Amino acid sequence: MLEVLKRPVVVTTNINLNIVALTGVGLLSRLWHLSYPRAVVFDEVYYGQYISFYMNRVFFLDDSGPPFGHMLLALGGYLGGFDGNFLWNRIGAEYTSNVPVWALRLLPALAGALSVPMAYQIVVELRFSHCTAMGAALLLLIENALVTQSRLMLLESPLIFFNLLAVLSYLKFFNCQKHRPFSLPWWFWLMLTGVACACAVGIKYMGIFTYLLVLGVAAVHAWHLIGDQTLSNVLVLYHLLARAVALLVTPVTLYLLFFYIHLTLLCRSGPHDQIMSSAFQASLEGGLARITQGQPLEVAFGSQVTLRNIFGKPLPCWLHSHQNTYPIIYENGRGSSHQQQVTCYPFKDVNNWWVVKDPGRHQLVVSNPPRPVRHGDVVQLVHGMTTRFLNTHDVAAPLSSHAQEVSCYVDYNISVPAQNLWRLDIVNRQSDRDTWKTILSAVRFVHLNTSAVLKLSGAHLPDWGFRQLEVVGEKLSRGHHESMAWNVEEHRYGTSQEQRDRELELHAPTQVDVSRNLSFMARFSELQWRMLTLRGEDAEHKYSSTPLEWVTLDTSIAYWLHPRTSAQIHLVGNIVIWASASLATATYVLLFLWYLLRRRRDVHDLPEDVWLHWVLAGTLCTGGWALNYLPFFLMEKTLFLYHYLPALAFQLLLLPLVLQHVYDHLCRSRVQRHLFSTLVVAWYSVACHVSNKLRPLTYGDSSLTPGELLALRWRDSWDILIRKS
Amino acid sequence: MLCASGRLLAARTATSLPAPPRGRGPALRCPRRELHFPGNPDPPSWDCLAGRLTRASASPHRRVILRRGRMPPAVGRGLAGSELRLRRSRCGPRAAGRDVAIQAAARSPKRPAPGSWRFEVAGRRAMLALVTLLSFATRFHRLDQPRHICWDETHFGKMGSYYINRTFFFDVHPPLGKMLIGLAGYLSGYDGTFLFQKPGDKYEHHSYMGMRGFCAFLGSWLVPFAFLIVLDLSNSLPAALLTAALLTFDTGCLTLSQYILLDPILMFFIMAAMLSMVKYRSCANRPFSAPWWSWLSLTGISLACALGVKFVGLFIILQVGLNTIADLWHLFGDLSLSLVTVGKHLMARVLCLIILPLVLYMAIFAVHIMVLNKSGPGDGFFSSAFQARLSGNNLHNASIPEHLAYGSVITVKNLRMAIGYLHSHRHLYPEGIGARQQQVTTYLHKDYNNLWIIKKHNTNSADPLDPSFPVEFVRHGDIIRLEHKETSRNLHSHYHEAPLTRKHYQVTGYGTNGTGDSNDFWRIEVVNRKFGNRIKVLRSRIRLIHLVTGCVLGSSGKVLPKWGWEQLEVTCTPYLKQTLNSIWNVEDHINPKLPNISLDVLQPSFPEILLESHMVMIRGNNGLKPKDNDFTSKPWHWPINYQGLRFSGANDTDFRVYLLGNPVVWWLNLVSIALYLLLGSIIVVAMQRGAQLPTKVEGLTRVLLQGGGQVLLGWMLHYFPFFLMGRILYFHHYFPAMLFSSMLTGILWDTLLRLCAWGPASSSLARAVHAVGILSLLLGAAYSFYLFHPLAYGMVGPLAQDPRSPMAGLRWLESWEF
Repeated sequence: MLEVLKRPVVVTTNINLNIVALTGVGLLSRLWHLSYPRAVVFDEVYYGQYISFYMNRVFFLDDSGPPFGHMLLALGGYLGGFDGNFLWNRIGAEYTSNVPVWALRLLPALAGALSVPMAYQIVVELRFSHCTAMGAALLLLIENALVTQSRLMLLESPLIFFNLLAVLSYLKFFNCQKHRPFSLPWWFWLMLTGVACACAVGIKYMGIFTYLLVLGVAAVHAWHLIGDQTLSNVLVLYHLLARAVALLVTPVTLYLLFFYIHLTLLCRSGPHDQIMSSAFQASLEGGLARITQGQPLEVAFGSQVTLRNIFGKPLPCWLHSHQNTYPIIYENGRGSSHQQQVTCYPFKDVNNWWVVKDPGRHQLVVSNPPRPVRHGDVVQLVHGMTTRFLNTHDVAAPLSSHAQEVSCYVDYNISVPAQNLWRLDIVNRQSDRDTWKTILSAVRFVHLNTSAVLKLSGAHLPDWGFRQLEVVGEKLSRGHHESMAWNVEEHRYGTSQEQRDRELELHAPTQVDVSRNLSFMARFSELQWRMLTLRGEDAEHKYSSTPLEWVTLDTSIAYWLHPRTSAQIHLVGNIVIWASASLATATYVLLFLWYLLRRRRDVHDLPEDVWLHWVLAGTLCTGGWALNYLPFFLMEKTLFLYHYLPALAFQLLLLPLVLQHVYDHLCRSRVQRHLFSTLVVAWYSVACHVSNKLRPLTYGDSSLTPGELLALRWRDSWDILIRKS
Repeated sequence: MLCASGRLLAARTATSLPAPPRGRGPALRCPRRELHFPGNPDPPSWDCLAGRLTRASASPHRRVILRRGRMPPAVGRGLAGSELRLRRSRCGPRAAGRDVAIQAAARSPKRPAPGSWRFEVAGRRAMLALVTLLSFATRFHRLDQPRHICWDETHFGKMGSYYINRTFFFDVHPPLGKMLIGLAGYLSGYDGTFLFQKPGDKYEHHSYMGMRGFCAFLGSWLVPFAFLIVLDLSNSLPAALLTAALLTFDTGCLTLSQYILLDPILMFFIMAAMLSMVKYRSCANRPFSAPWWSWLSLTGISLACALGVKFVGLFIILQVGLNTIADLWHLFGDLSLSLVTVGKHLMARVLCLIILPLVLYMAIFAVHIMVLNKSGPGDGFFSSAFQARLSGNNLHNASIPEHLAYGSVITVKNLRMAIGYLHSHRHLYPEGIGARQQQVTTYLHKDYNNLWIIKKHNTNSADPLDPSFPVEFVRHGDIIRLEHKETSRNLHSHYHEAPLTRKHYQVTGYGTNGTGDSNDFWRIEVVNRKFGNRIKVLRSRIRLIHLVTGCVLGSSGKVLPKWGWEQLEVTCTPYLKQTLNSIWNVEDHINPKLPNISLDVLQPSFPEILLESHMVMIRGNNGLKPKDNDFTSKPWHWPINYQGLRFSGANDTDFRVYLLGNPVVWWLNLVSIALYLLLGSIIVVAMQRGAQLPTKVEGLTRVLLQGGGQVLLGWMLHYFPFFLMGRILYFHHYFPAMLFSSMLTGILWDTLLRLCAWGPASSSLARAVHAVGILSLLLGAAYSFYLFHPLAYGMVGPLAQDPRSPMAGLRWLESWEF
């Protein structure tokens, strides 16, 4: 105890002034006049509405990415005291005074600013010189597209931040590995790698590319570790387990955590409810829950129900019938049964109500005690408003002619008999004696006579069917499909036998009482699945581009135009930096192949440790670029220039590394080196100059004359807005 | 010479062995933590591992194996199994013979006497003959049943008939398969008159056996091919026999081989490519010898043919390509070979595996195009210039003026496939859909309403066809007006939403007798040409840009509702991106004042035809999208044999054939893959940890990793890409992968049983364990075939739910429908 007191308490710190300075200028460049313009800029209109939803805690579904990014933006709004009351309807709309613009844009700007010193650190950890590291950081600092993107309420800069953080922390961890495995910093950096990967994936799905890169490199390193025979088996096992926990378990857990927070925050029903299943909707406050609360759980003979199709594509809809009949002859000359139409209707309606009837008994009310319907029971479905029975028979359906027509049976005193018995098949049953449960059970109706299955075909009926969706009996049931499954959404026990009373009953709202909640995992998997499978409409955009146009900077995006002057924000990169970055990548690949081939013939141009650093740096930077870029060629969605920025960040890291390599290993004489340094300085000055030239488009703070704007239009494809005076 | 240097190297390896773990000796790098690329050589550590292993085993033979197996010292030891492959000695036949003997010694407990060696070869030949015979017998048994069209025979039989009739058609697959079917039909006396309308149609008197027999003939070769491949990879007769039995007794392969389909042809060429690749690799000790050349070029030929049947052939090309790269990488790292020799190797492969297949593939297309010279159902899919080649098409031998002039009557065709001609008719857009003006659509068929008159934007008074006026050509950049010939209304656009694509502007017909307003003016531009040039018929790709709104005339490809007669929507798109939807060409051109030229001048060259047919095929393939609300086969269904395909019949009175894999075989394959991955990773990790395996086990693991790795790669390449495909998929797409997975099963179980048998010390017991194991697998496969053979050979009578059915109790999965 006293020993401790004898020694003085000493805190030694090393402050790398480079980093401090870089952080300073980074903050300056990103935070300067951050709340200008006080108007909605480009995709802020898109993310903004989700921020408002978070503020109002209203459920929404966005298929563009996992919720962590949206939550980060919302956090800014929360800190700035945003109440969510703003109508995000068009680009260029002025923000009202209740919108804390500065706070909303703060987090992306901070992420963008901190990427600058992080680039420095990464290059240092890759064992290149501090000068090179400064170069990488400065490139990131002055790159116009990165500055533009990080000064707005957008998700690319946080994504780049976490991408770089993942790489940096992995490198730190890897450098610890040699000397101090299982030490505190070792654990810290390892865990941070996993956390950063999870955050990157949580912001946008494309974060998964960086995650794969880190996983790949970690796997190769782990493989070498396995081959290291100075380590005991147990130690190797510990190493592998630690990596598995940090790089596999942690990210998955965190990803789930994001969704947990997301679902906890968004507890009220909102505009996207209809896309979700009945059970999911019932777990939200308001909306369907208000109706379904307190419904009896088990469907009994005599129950009045609405049946919702589980697949719900192209539209979520309910089994429906109405007094109109099928036309006797269709336009193509085929005949129909001329019985009452049965359709699927995408709106709530009193004609969506059906009564579950026991074929053996006559009454349509629930007995006391109720007799629950079980899997395998034979039922009849009676349409509530018209008292006709759901029926199918060997008549071709109106549009899907290979399937059977489904109708509500009308007795025309001709020889077509009623075939209205259906066997109940509960798809998600636990046992064969399961009861049919409201909301929870997915059921199929199998026709007893023809073993056809009631199915939503997805086709829209013509005008005679009021453009509602066609329902058919699928005869050749080639496997199970969700379009054949239905669930009870609204449910109550029927009490009145008489038709008139029942109609009144059906018009009255259902009762209210208890709530049933889904487990988190069920809600998560449903939400995630819907997000991945939701197909937005064919989104064509004026500024969309193809991946090939990104490398050459053949495209640009106009973000915002001042309502009166020609001041504007335009996403456009520093063309000198882009061109040289691509050139550096090509140089790297060629040099690498050259060295590799020569090593194969036993010619070692580089000392072993230099070669290994060269390979590691290339794997991370070129690999990061390739993984974040090439997959876009396979994607079918609408792409924009900003999708390239994460790849660009990796390319910018590589550029100074290649320069240093050329300086160290390819310039032989002193004269060559001097010449090369001069060239690099000249090139960098040009880059700065270009950056400065484009600054008005980046910050949008000064209005240029049409002549100046035309002078900036270096490529014909840049769509710089010029106001006609 | 080579041999000597090889020995020299071995000696060097040996001398470097005792190097202490300090200094710059290779052993220093044993503990490696640095990152290496996969495939990036790590020579020092390799030496280190080799050294360690060599040190552990004292036997000189053993060292020879090691050296042979891992020569040269800098063998890339990436993670991919494909690189860990058997490398026989490159040191001449004598050394190779010894090597084989040593390997045999490593495998069998006793070293075989020369006599028994010869006996073994004879045994192998006999087995091969037996296997081939059995395969042919099963495939040709009841080949004529059923006597009606089954499943896709309706397509491929029809296409075979097209070749016989020489009518042009369009299909999403390359032509070789259908050409061969047509040829087989032609040779066997089929006259191409059967209509092949729908499955179930009776063949009656038409001769169909030639075509079926041809497919069955190719399908029968799959089994002996698989036998030979496995024999070569594992050098073990039981493994090869097991593979052959699995394939012979698989009902799925059998069914698929018995009908007029592309799959037996495709699989034949895939397996032929695989076999010749394996063979040429085993000739690696005698490069540039006659067998080496012939196997190498056979590989190339099979590759071209596989690709010529279906694009799935790309996967086997990928496999051969990967192998070739690995192979060249080894040769390149072999310092005993001069760069010139390596260059020769490279050139040989470029010649046989790239140039030869490419030439062959193009030759296939050339034949295809030469044979099909009559107009047929495929015309509409192709561009106007292409159609000019087909006799019977109205563009054939037509002669029209070459350059577009004012006053000409023209038709304008969209460049995108299956969009059609710019069209208008005397019907108005309905109430509520934009302005109530005349509809403008695109229409696929030729019709008077497709005719337009091209006029100057500002003059209407004088009739341009008046002979007193000089001819004035339309030039790139001119402002024009298009007047609809039948209704005399101008092509017009304005700021109204298009009927279906909300972000585009509506296009209408406007004005009376050719007098409209400034919204009728369009600038005509030729893609990628200079201003002021004339516009060529058929050749020039033109865009029409609306002068007032700046939008581009295009077709969205969406079908209009009934009010638009289900023709396609025409819009004016404000997005100036160049897509095929907004590019047009002039097809018909009538102008009496201009001299006509023959269209033959405009005929596309062969490379253009080739490119165009590939574009059309690829787009056709992408167009095969599944509908949302239908059950479709998913790739994960396939290996578990989740659901088959109805080839013929559904009801209990029909003759039913059901394509379904023999569940015993398929599930065994599935288990084998899992087992292989488990066993393989254990072995690889153990080797990486430096475990010292006994000699016998070492030989077995090499077969497992190298031979098994090769077929595993094949399985993965033929299976996983399907997960990425957006087009509609069917169960039969899995069959090429299934061939590879059966070969893996053969290799795995043979090796596994040997490994198990290696446990008990007594050699006779070991042999007994192995023999009983293999025999029971063979018998199991045969018995399950006996149970399930009605699936392939056809069933009549009650369905399997019925206890009276012969298949009763065999419906093991609910999803099987027989």
